Amino acid sequence: MLNPNLMTKTSIAWAVSSTILCLSAWSASDNENLERKIEGQENAILADAPNVPPPITRRHATKVIVNLEVKEVEGRLADGVRYTFWTFGGKVPGKFIRIREGDLVEFHLNNHPDNKMPHNIDLHAVTGQGGGAGASLTAPGHSSVFSFKALNPGLYVYHCATAPVAMHIANGMYGMILVEPADGLPKVDHEYYVMQGDFYTKGPNGQQGLQPFSMEKAIQERPEYVVFNGSVGALAGDGALTAKPGETVRLFVGNGGPNLTSSFHVIGEIFDQVWAEGNTSHVTQNVQTTLIPPGGAAITQFGLNVPATYILVDHALTRAFNKGALGMLKVTGPENKNIYSGKVSDEVYMPEGTNIRVTEQAAKAAPSAKTKIERVERGKNVFTANCMACHQGNGQGIPNAFPPLAASDFLNADKARAIKTVTGGLQGAVTVNGKTFNGVMPAWTLSDEEIANVLTYIYNSWGNSGKEVTPADVKANRAAKSKSAAGAQE
Amino acid sequence: MRSSLLLASLLASPFLLGAGPGVERPIPAGSYLPFYPARAPLGKAQPEAPRKAVAVGAFRLDVRPVTNREYLAFVKANPEWRRSEIGRVFADGSYLKHWRADLSLRSRAEGDKPVTRVSWFAAAAYCRARGKELPTTDQWEYALDDGGHRAERMKDEILAWYSRPNDKVLEAVGRKPANGYGIQDLHALIWEWTLDFNSEMSGSEARSDGTKDENLFCGAGSLNARDPSDYAKFMRYQFRGSLHADYTTGNLGFRCAREETK
Repeated sequence: MLNPNLMTKTSIAWAVSSTILCLSAWSASDNENLERKIEGQENAILADAPNVPPPITRRHATKVIVNLEVKEVEGRLADGVRYTFWTFGGKVPGKFIRIREGDLVEFHLNNHPDNKMPHNIDLHAVTGQGGGAGASLTAPGHSSVFSFKALNPGLYVYHCATAPVAMHIANGMYGMILVEPADGLPKVDHEYYVMQGDFYTKGPNGQQGLQPFSMEKAIQERPEYVVFNGSVGALAGDGALTAKPGETVRLFVGNGGPNLTSSFHVIGEIFDQVWAEGNTSHVTQNVQTTLIPPGGAAITQFGLNVPATYILVDHALTRAFNKGALGMLKVTGPENKNIYSGKVSDEVYMPEGTNIRVTEQAAKAAPSAKTKIERVERGKNVFTANCMACHQGNGQGIPNAFPPLAASDFLNADKARAIKTVTGGLQGAVTVNGKTFNGVMPAWTLSDEEIANVLTYIYNSWGNSGKEVTPADVKANRAAKSKSAAGAQE
Repeated sequence: MRSSLLLASLLASPFLLGAGPGVERPIPAGSYLPFYPARAPLGKAQPEAPRKAVAVGAFRLDVRPVTNREYLAFVKANPEWRRSEIGRVFADGSYLKHWRADLSLRSRAEGDKPVTRVSWFAAAAYCRARGKELPTTDQWEYALDDGGHRAERMKDEILAWYSRPNDKVLEAVGRKPANGYGIQDLHALIWEWTLDFNSEMSGSEARSDGTKDENLFCGAGSLNARDPSDYAKFMRYQFRGSLHADYTTGNLGFRCAREETK
C-alpha cells in the first residue's frame, strides 16, 4: 500500500531510507568486515518465535557469546497430535539470534545430557567448514565451542546438519540468525519471527497421539503437516501476531523445510518491501507473494492501514487449508473506509451469460405460433427451459422461496403485470395466494414470441384463467429496459 | 552345599534359558556390507565403490550389555575405575553419575539395567579384565545385521527407538527377544561402545589427518553411505562419530566380545 496519500510518517521514512539504501546498499564488503575492530563483549539475547531480539543499537563490532542448548522434547504438533521435536532452545523454530556485521561470535552448542542423539549446527551466516557443523558435532551431555566472524549481513537460516540431516531438520532443528547491516535496519513498530517447516508423521494428518517420524514420507517429500512456528495454529488465537492501523510490521520469515518451498503470502496485505533471499542489500517493492526455499529466508515489511485479521499462508493452498500452514496477524483499531469499505451490499448476481444464450435460441426460433394451442405447446418448451427449475413442473413453486404459478391470484389478476415481471424481473416482497415471498426473479431476455408463448402456457395450465398472451401484448407491456436486459436485447 | 549354591544362583537368575552375566554366544564367520567404508590409512587413497563386503571372523559376543551390578563388581575389584578415583583423562565428569555412591547403586532394580555413563577407556578396561575386548564396529554391526534377517522390520524398530527421546528410566537388560545369533538388546535399549568407534569416517570429530572429505554434515553425509535411506544406521554412525574416548552419556553402555578360540 504505497499510495502517498495514505502513507504514515514511518512509511515515508522507510520509503526515503530504502531509496538511499538501494543506492548505497546495506552491506559493507567482506574485507571491510574483516578489518572491523572488535570492541568489548556481550552475551547474545535470544528470543523464541514469534519474538525477535531488540534491534542492535551499538555502532561498532563486538564479541558476541551465543549459548544455544539442544533439547529433544515431546510437544504439540496439532490438537491431540504429539511429536518428538528436536530443538535449538526447546521450541520450534529455534531461538532467534541477532548480531551485527563484523561481530565476532563465540558459539557454544550445548547438547542436553538427557538427549539421545548427537547434534551439530550449520549457520548459513558462517563462512567456513560446514557453516560451523565441522566444528560442532556434539554428543549428549557435551558442548562444543567455535567462533566465526560475521562477514555478510543478511537474514540466515541455521539448522542441525547431523546425518541423517533431513530427519534432524524434519524434527524441527532450524532457526534463524540475523546479521544486521552496520547501519542497522529501518525502524518499525513490530518485528516478528515466522518460520515454516514440513513434518512427516507415521499417521495421517490429524491422527491422534504421539506420532513417530516417517522416513518413507520424508524421502518421498509427502508431509502430513506444513506449519508456521512448529505447530498447527501456533500463530492463531492467542498466538496471533498483533498490530494497529498506522503501524509498520516487519516479518523475518524463514523456511526450515526440509523439503517444501514456501510461497509466502499475507492475505489482505501487499508487502510494501521485501528483502528477498534475506538479502539486506536489495529491496523489492509491492510484492504479493515471495518465494522462500528450504534453507532460505526473506524479510517482508508492510504498513497497516485498516483493521483486519490478515492471514499468513503458504500460497500453495492445500498446505494452508489441509496441512496447517496458516497464521494470523490481528490488526485492531479504527476503520478507514477510503481504503477498504467492507461489505457495502449483498445483492443477487444476474450474469449476462444466460441472456446471450437465450438470445441465440431466439434468433433461430420457430415461426410464430398460429393458434393458441400451438402457443401453449411451444410455451411449454420455454417454460421447461427457463422457469421450471424454480416454479416446478406443476407450477407449485417452492414454499417460502419461489411463488406458485398454479391458480395464481397474482398472475390472473393482471396480464400486463405478468409480462412486466417476466421482461423486467421482480425483486422484493410479493404476496401470492396469501403467502409472502421475498426473493428475486431475474429479468428474462426472451423474444416477444417466446414470452407470449410461455405466459399463454402458464395461463392455460394448473387452474389458471386461460388467457392468451400475444407477441403484440408483450411488446406493448415490456418493462423499461433494466441494465441487465439491455445488452442482449439489441 | 554345592547343590544349594547352584540352586541359589539359578534362583537369582531371572531367566531360565537366558544367559547369566557375561554369557556369550558364538557368532559364525561371514561377511557383511559396511555402511561406510573404513577410513583409508594415512596417505592412502580411499577405495572406490563398489564397496567390498567385509569379512568378519568367528567371534563370541556377550548376549547382553554389561549391567550396573556387573560393573559394580568390576570397580570393587579395580579401585582405579571407581568414580572417585578415575582420572579425568579417562572419563568426563558424568562418569557413573547415576550411582548413589562409589560402590552403591540407587536401587536393586538398577542392578539389572545396563551400565551407562561409562567412557570407552572404562569399558575397554572392563572387557580386558574379563579376558575379552570391546567388539569392533564390524563385529557389532555384523551381529546386528543378523545375516540380513528381518532387515526391514529391524530398520523400522531401530528408527522408532532412535526417534523417541530417552526413556526416563532404562529397562533391564534381556527383556527383548534374542536375534538369530541369540544376542539381545543390540538395539532399542542403549547405544554401545565399539572398539574402533570413531574409525568409519572423520565426521565432525575434527582431526587434521588430511582425509576429511567425507564430512558427515548436511547432504554430504549421504555421499559414501551404502544406503542413504537407512536413517537408523546414519544415526548410529553419527552417534559414534560424536564421541571421544573419555565421553560418558546417559544412554551409552557396552558389551564385550572375544575372538573365537580355535
